[in-house]
Amino acid sequence: MGQQRITRAECAHVAALARLELTDEELDRFTGQLDELLDHVAEVEALDLEALPPTMHALPIANLLRPDTPGEVLDRDEVLAQAPFAEDGQFRVPPVLGEAP
Amino acid sequence: MTAVEIAAAVRSGQRSARSVVDEHLDVIAGGDADIHAFNLVAADQARARADEIDGAVAAGSDPGPLAGVPVALKDNLCTRGLATTCSSRILEDWAPPYDASVVEQLHNAGAVVVGKTNMDEFAMGSSTENSAFGPTCNPCDTSRVPGGSSGGSAAAVAAGFAPVALGSDTGGSIRQPAALCGVVGVKPTYGLVSRYGLVAFASSLDQIGPFTTTVADAAAVLDVISGPDARDSTSISEPQPPVSHTLADGIDGLRVGVLTELSGNGIAPDVAAQLQAAVRALESAGASVAEASAPAAVYGLSAYYLIAPAEASSNLARYDGVRYGLRVDGPSTPDMNTATRSAGFGDEVKRRIMIGTYALSAGYYDAYYGKAQKVRTLIINDFASVWERFDLLVSPTSPTTAFPLGERTADPMAMYMSDVCTVPVNLTGQAAMSVPYGVGDDGLPVGVQIMAPALGEPVMFRAAAVLEASL
Amino acid sequence: MSDEAQTIPGLGAPADTEWETVVGLEVHAELATATKLFSASPNRFGGEPNTHIDPVSLGLPGSLPVLNEKAVELAIRVGLALNCRIQPSVFARKNYFYPDMPKDFQISQYDQPINVDGWLELPSGKRVGIERAHLEEDTGKTVHIGGGGRIHEAGYSLVDYNRAGVPLIEIVGHPELRSAEEARQYVSELRSILVAVGASDGKMEEGSLRVDCNVSVRPVGSDRLGTRCEIKNVNSLRSLGRAIEYEARRQIDQLTSGQAIEQQTRHWNEDDGRTHALRSKEEDYDYRYFPEPDLLPLNPSTEWVEQIRHALPALPRDRRMNLAEAAPSVDIDNIALAVERSMDELALAAISGGGAAERVMTHIVQNLADGSGQLTPEALAELVGMEEAGELTATQAKKVLAVLVEGGGSPQDAAQTLGFEAMDTDELESLVDSLIAEHADEWSRFCDGDAKLTGFFVGQVMKATQGRADGKAVTQLLNSRRG
Repeated sequence: MGQQRITRAECAHVAALARLELTDEELDRFTGQLDELLDHVAEVEALDLEALPPTMHALPIANLLRPDTPGEVLDRDEVLAQAPFAEDGQFRVPPVLGEAP
Repeated sequence: MTAVEIAAAVRSGQRSARSVVDEHLDVIAGGDADIHAFNLVAADQARARADEIDGAVAAGSDPGPLAGVPVALKDNLCTRGLATTCSSRILEDWAPPYDASVVEQLHNAGAVVVGKTNMDEFAMGSSTENSAFGPTCNPCDTSRVPGGSSGGSAAAVAAGFAPVALGSDTGGSIRQPAALCGVVGVKPTYGLVSRYGLVAFASSLDQIGPFTTTVADAAAVLDVISGPDARDSTSISEPQPPVSHTLADGIDGLRVGVLTELSGNGIAPDVAAQLQAAVRALESAGASVAEASAPAAVYGLSAYYLIAPAEASSNLARYDGVRYGLRVDGPSTPDMNTATRSAGFGDEVKRRIMIGTYALSAGYYDAYYGKAQKVRTLIINDFASVWERFDLLVSPTSPTTAFPLGERTADPMAMYMSDVCTVPVNLTGQAAMSVPYGVGDDGLPVGVQIMAPALGEPVMFRAAAVLEASL
Repeated sequence: MSDEAQTIPGLGAPADTEWETVVGLEVHAELATATKLFSASPNRFGGEPNTHIDPVSLGLPGSLPVLNEKAVELAIRVGLALNCRIQPSVFARKNYFYPDMPKDFQISQYDQPINVDGWLELPSGKRVGIERAHLEEDTGKTVHIGGGGRIHEAGYSLVDYNRAGVPLIEIVGHPELRSAEEARQYVSELRSILVAVGASDGKMEEGSLRVDCNVSVRPVGSDRLGTRCEIKNVNSLRSLGRAIEYEARRQIDQLTSGQAIEQQTRHWNEDDGRTHALRSKEEDYDYRYFPEPDLLPLNPSTEWVEQIRHALPALPRDRRMNLAEAAPSVDIDNIALAVERSMDELALAAISGGGAAERVMTHIVQNLADGSGQLTPEALAELVGMEEAGELTATQAKKVLAVLVEGGGSPQDAAQTLGFEAMDTDELESLVDSLIAEHADEWSRFCDGDAKLTGFFVGQVMKATQGRADGKAVTQLLNSRRG
């Protein structure tokens, strides 16, 4: 393995971005495993990719548009029955703390 | 009985769907404790559905081309009112309020859903050991893995629990377990089968396909589940010709390439030997066989292990404890999100979410995700030149036969290497399938992978039928 | 300090510095479709919570987005009306966690938006550059319970996803506005355009039009932009003006006192009339944009775009020009007002039907603020004609007009019903003569050239006739009597 590609701190930052909380043991383990993977994928650094466009979709599928016609809606009771916590026909959550970013 | 045989018998009134379903439910009840192919067996619902089909037959109407055929569904296909867990704690109790398009199509064709099968959590894995509900065992040898991520579906078909199962294939998740369990598994061309109702792992790579014991069954099922769907923007909008009609057309004169990048380095000798036997069978059926090369295919894993986690990190953000599934409470919504996700996801899912988040994050996008998308272009270009000279390509499906349970769980990289032969085709969107072809030195099944250009399913199935007949 | 003073326009500037406010606006408008941007549940304001939802708008596992053709068409209409280039575009995922976002990412257009490089012309003739106008989906709504409904003090929150997935167009203007008043004109003009092309109902109060303002200040003559703050929660044209004025003042005070402006997002509080810091630039979220794999690039055909262009209705700017041409002596503010009230067609038809342009416009501007009701252009033209002919006084005409607005019909009939008949000339002459005799003193001053006394005599006539007399005719009569 070459130089370290991802640090423990970066790993912790990424976990926080993804809303995951890791124990110290997990953080150590995942840092090593992510580093190993990033080291493997570094093989592509040898390729000359400058002139190539990125591929978002493998096949040239035509654009699909939908007519603006109303369709079925979900039954609210059925949906809220699956919710961890519902109140007054809505989904209840703990305080959100701030506006959306 | 094969699916084709069951449907013929039920449609003609020779057998009742109910007797077929009861028989399979008995086999499941007798055998699944050892295999753990199913997360859920929907016995009552299956019997009721079978009775409906028998009623239709009695009333003189045709229930469809899969009349009375028991089908097992991977637990990432949405079934209305029936738990759809993705083998994850985070969705443990979730019963979707809608059916996936393929589930509707199967229903309309007269098939009977018998249960939901175990899988690697959110389809991330190659051994079905990453299930929150415990691993599935390989019916050929219960000390071995069935492959993954659709291991439960492969095992269900191999164990005779159902003649048909559906799985999903993002990097080999249908083909590799099919090879390891000794059944037929198909990854159709991207866009041929609607993904609506398939819980997403990596949207640009995921594709639903069948597991069956015979090539003809796989063709029959594919013909039912393929076709345009107005609910999936990536669905191919033109209907394609049925695959079943040309199965027996043979391969005389077809140009078959052995893809060197996926057939040499790292392939176990007994697996390589079975590939050689398959090649000889194709030659004796009239195909011309030569070595083919798509040099960039070796970079498939690297591109895959950036693109798939990147898409997954976004697709799995919605499991936040607000609308459905698990919630672990906290003093604020961000805390609740974090507690829920930390408790609800297993290690492999967390790892991939982290890889993907990293690959997309500010400052790293170009180096990782952006670069992987360009490698994807390179691989597509290399395959495009190969298709100028070949009609089909072959390789092993998996570098080895089924490996022992627990062997690779501590080493993610070793597990990722299991996908080396199957990943390139997901990146290119092309069709591929695994056909069982003999056994390795350990007596376990070996699969041969047949690859075709986009929408090359008819030709691919003809070659599969030839291989099947040559055994 | 001196280094900073060189790089930050206006930092530590003397108290008598003349300042310029620089404003750039981002306007979100809900598109007037029947269904959501990516699914078939209804796009409708209000309704019982969580009843306008489907698997896609609720972000259920396995659901997939399919783009609404009408939303694309409306976006193209807006792009064309704003003189944008319509280009192939790509949807991207903007990733962030928030409970009102069902998928915890928003599908939006990022580096390849559908409309780019346009401009909007204010009624003053000034052109404001439009950077882009792109499509994206709306979020749900969160209500905060407890703590007086304030987000930071709430005990918990409730989420309604009815609005989730409603199509939005986000119109990003260049920072070329130079005052709160110009910003108001810009939003007002943009709203008129959105309404005119049928893209949006433009209701700020219902949240279908939402404005974020980027405000900075600099000394007049500076060629560099100051550090800007983004102001959110501006819910009416009035608060837009107030918020910008407050924010500019705040920045000027801060700079004058030697403090640099920190780039921030700020929240406009309607009640205390101030902006409050929400978060600083350093806390900017890493959105991890990437192309949405579930959608394909959007590439509207040239034919389709041209078809939409040809079907585009007349835009406010063109309508103003048409009306100004028909009523050349009327000032531009009144022309703009008539267009804003969508009464330009009525005015044009009345003028071309023979109505005197000035009088027609006077009625539209002064007497039809609450709408034209049952009034037809023919009736308006005829009414104006009656005024011109001296058959009705201005006061009477206004009363007749109210009747026409209320119930339609012809002004002749309405005038008759109201008992307005033109005064007989003899009757008027004898009234004027008796008033001259009665007010000999005023009369002699009038004859000596005191013009103010015209008003006195006209007023007396009006009083005696209860407004039935025509003011012009009285003036003429007074002048002829003076000899």
